[in-house]
Amino acid sequence: MKRNHLLSLALSAAVCAGMLTGCNGGTPSSSTAGGSAAASGDTIKVGILAPLTGDAAQYGIAASNAAKLYFDQVNTSGGINGKSIEYILLDEKGQAADAVVAYNSLLEQGVTAIVGDVTTAPTIAVAVESASANMPLITGSATAAAVTVDPDTNTVRSNVFRSCFIDPFQGEKMASFSKEKLGAKTAAVLFNSNIDYSVGLKDAFIAKAQEIGLEVVATESYADKDSDFKSQLTNINAKAPDVLFCPDYYQKVALIAPQAKEVGLTATFVGGDGWDGAIEAINDSAMIEGAYYCSGFSADDTSEAVQKFLSDYKAAYNSDPNMFAATTYDAAAILADAIKSAEEAGLTPATDEYKAAIVSAISATNKDYVTGHFTFDSNNDPVKDAVIIKIAGGKYTFDCKF
Amino acid sequence: MRQRFEIPMPVRYLVNGVLIVLLFLLGQFMISAGILSSYFQKILLQVGVYIIAAVSLNMATGYLGQLPLGHAGFMAVGGYTAGIFLKNFPIKGLPAFILAIILAGIVAGIFGILIGIPALRLKGDYLAIITLGFGEIIRVILLNIDTVLGFKFTGGAAGLMGIPKYTSFPAVYICVVITCLFIHTMMKSRHGRAILAIRENEIAAESCGVNTTYYKTMAFTASAFFAGVAGALFASYLGLLVPGDFGFMKSIEILVMVVLGGMGSMLGSVLAAAVLTIVPFALQSISQTVADYRMVIYSVLLIVVMIFKPSGLLGTYDFSLTRIIEGLINRAGIHDGVARKGEQSK
Amino acid sequence: MLLLSQIINGLQLGSIYALVALGYSMVYGIIMLLNFAHGDIIMVGGYVAMLTIAAGVHPLLAVVLAVLACVLLGVVIDKVAYAPLRSSPRISLLITAIGVSFLLENLAQNIWGANARPFPNSAIIKGATLNIGGVHIGTTAIATIVVSILSMVVLTFLVQKTKRGKAMRAVSEDMGTAQLMGINVNSTITFTFAVGSALAGIGSILYCCTYPQVSPTMGSMLGLKAFVAAVLGGIGSIPGAMVGGFAIGMAEVLVRAVGLSDWTDGVVFAILIVVLLFRPTGLMGRPMTEKV
Repeated sequence: MKRNHLLSLALSAAVCAGMLTGCNGGTPSSSTAGGSAAASGDTIKVGILAPLTGDAAQYGIAASNAAKLYFDQVNTSGGINGKSIEYILLDEKGQAADAVVAYNSLLEQGVTAIVGDVTTAPTIAVAVESASANMPLITGSATAAAVTVDPDTNTVRSNVFRSCFIDPFQGEKMASFSKEKLGAKTAAVLFNSNIDYSVGLKDAFIAKAQEIGLEVVATESYADKDSDFKSQLTNINAKAPDVLFCPDYYQKVALIAPQAKEVGLTATFVGGDGWDGAIEAINDSAMIEGAYYCSGFSADDTSEAVQKFLSDYKAAYNSDPNMFAATTYDAAAILADAIKSAEEAGLTPATDEYKAAIVSAISATNKDYVTGHFTFDSNNDPVKDAVIIKIAGGKYTFDCKF
Repeated sequence: MRQRFEIPMPVRYLVNGVLIVLLFLLGQFMISAGILSSYFQKILLQVGVYIIAAVSLNMATGYLGQLPLGHAGFMAVGGYTAGIFLKNFPIKGLPAFILAIILAGIVAGIFGILIGIPALRLKGDYLAIITLGFGEIIRVILLNIDTVLGFKFTGGAAGLMGIPKYTSFPAVYICVVITCLFIHTMMKSRHGRAILAIRENEIAAESCGVNTTYYKTMAFTASAFFAGVAGALFASYLGLLVPGDFGFMKSIEILVMVVLGGMGSMLGSVLAAAVLTIVPFALQSISQTVADYRMVIYSVLLIVVMIFKPSGLLGTYDFSLTRIIEGLINRAGIHDGVARKGEQSK
Repeated sequence: MLLLSQIINGLQLGSIYALVALGYSMVYGIIMLLNFAHGDIIMVGGYVAMLTIAAGVHPLLAVVLAVLACVLLGVVIDKVAYAPLRSSPRISLLITAIGVSFLLENLAQNIWGANARPFPNSAIIKGATLNIGGVHIGTTAIATIVVSILSMVVLTFLVQKTKRGKAMRAVSEDMGTAQLMGINVNSTITFTFAVGSALAGIGSILYCCTYPQVSPTMGSMLGLKAFVAAVLGGIGSIPGAMVGGFAIGMAEVLVRAVGLSDWTDGVVFAILIVVLLFRPTGLMGRPMTEKV
């Protein structure tokens, strides 16, 4: 018995010791891919934060893949000012606490800017933490208004930017679109009360709908882990709305649409950019035929940049990029361009002046990227057109710019 | 038979006190000297929070022998209490932080009583289910209370943002020490023996005159209180709380720490909490592929430990420095003079 | 009309819960274990069906394969993880079950990815929605309710009328005495796991046809709800599991129907707590007497 105790103790001590050495000795997985980078050997360190495991992993993997892809391309084409970009990707498991730790790890390794985070709560946690270092932070997918503006003090977080739409924008757009283009008189909303994104879009949609005289006849909600929506849909069906606004991600959409058909609902589906990927996620795309959602880009877009992004992403990861990938690709591109201007000013990476130069360069962005033409407003949110995508014939088709 | 040497009580306290102070100074020195970077400091703070959570759960699981599956719920209650208090209390700084921690513990403790009295009437599996249910209900309430109240209280799905960040190494260290000390002394007291008696055999304990309901509720409440403290530290560490962080999975995570460390071993809980918090970060710095399989490794470990050593890695072993010193002195045989003194002081 | 539609929704959801709850209940009745991994067996069943259909196997055969995979998995889990712990404290057994559940979920995530994948439901159940006087009833709903009730009838026959069933009842009554009477306890336990997992397999197919998506964590919430249903009905009791399943399904649907969907989970657990407090062994459970 005694020996057993000692053995266990020794074992745990060994584990502990091994772990500590692991901690000190290991170097985080980083990469300076793209061998043809300039000969000077200088690198610019950039961090990527994303959930690679856990519930949000599917979004984090797509987003981080896109950022990696962009930086690899920059390196292959000679880097920035002769320096290659060394990116350090850290997994934060979708947890704010882990994101804060990961941010400190990046800070310590001397990164000069960060692409990320992916979901709202970790992004806000990192935004708060990074303010003191004025670390340039650009997220491709955290849509909540509070990411760039502190809601308590109403001050803009000067170092935090995003390349995606903010929640209120999309909700308002889709309300106007339903009224003006679809000629809807009544609308119903079915939203996910557990995620910020869905609640934000819903609030904006309803507010705008009241303003423009679109009657919201039913508002129903569900929890994130639910898979049965028939009772809500039955209630909605009883009110026979013209459109059903359903602001959630593609996987939930893939569950909601068939059940809506089953209860006999005929309303037109309307959604936000989370819908991107719905065709792949659903077994029978006839279920969402005729649905409209707003998006940052259209795969139909024949512009060279969009087509190149689509084919590059497909070649690198053997899957089609979703919205997360597209906006994060742009986030990386905007950041790389800002780094370029900091380099041109002759500053040294990771210094305070360098970071300040990146921040001011990002705010001055005025250029075309994959998801549209970017400028940033005073809240550090992008000003760009929304594209309305229609699902027709089992494909995402460009409907209009709105 | 030779007389066994025993260190007299005051000296024991002194030895342990010195040890605690030394460890604290070591930590402080490493931080101020820059040996521990901000990255390690952040991990260290998380380790502290999880140690408190695990040690407090160990009270209900290891010592009382129940299986609550809603420990994260108490953390959530404590965290939100502290967060809302810190955001709205007019005085800022250390006094507010101390008050917030105490308040968080008390509110979580009250929830502990409220949940404990009905739940502890049930046994074993049913208790597990009912605490699981309460944990989920707390999460649902945190998510939806705002729409019922009509004003901003918990922040709903968006979370509670802008909590002042006060959690520091000394604060966490002191809380860990107080938690461990309190639970340790409680378990060594008459109440502790009653709690252990309930674990061993509830009916026998009851027939010996132990008020089982009272002691069960007491242990459960103490467990909830310290979970609340852990929640408060976590809230002020992160500055942001979302209800999703305190789901069933978090409860299980803390339970895994207690179980792997050894149910009924405080040292086990402390070590397991530290190891299981640090390992994912360490794994990531070695290889992302290994880090991806982290959860698979955890679950296999959990099953294997349960099959081959159901009482956990350390069983009910608890570390005692004075016992080790005593053992050494006894083995060396230099005990004669002091031994009698020890005898007298009994 | 609206109420009738909602009741049918409730029946459909409830019948799936009932099928899954039966598995929980049977296993608990015989070895007093809350088999946390039961929900994840359902997940594996869903993936097997999806992957075999995608590989070109005939849908009917795929369904059979999925059910067989569930049975096999259930039995293997029992032999590998639970059997060595028969004489251990209950808490260890419970934690092992949690471990198995975690293992299955995370393995699935590593093997098949974290993404939810579409399930080819139309390959298994075809047909449009029937509109009977304004009440919409899907073919899936009808199939689900019919198959569930059929399974329950077969199960009741199995437990009440066959020799195996008699053995099961005897073992759950008193394992030691059953052994003395010449009943092979181990094979009876294995048989119980097999039957419970087969029900999980059937439940899995019905679930995936109704909610055409498979994901690594799909079993956890379904498992939890079904488990609540089993406890509510009186864990260890077969009719109890059916009643519990329908009760939870109906309760969820009605809570949502009156517009309180945000509180559904809260209400479900609150019902459970209230019932447990007044009837600690559930609605139809046997009163437990503790032996000293």
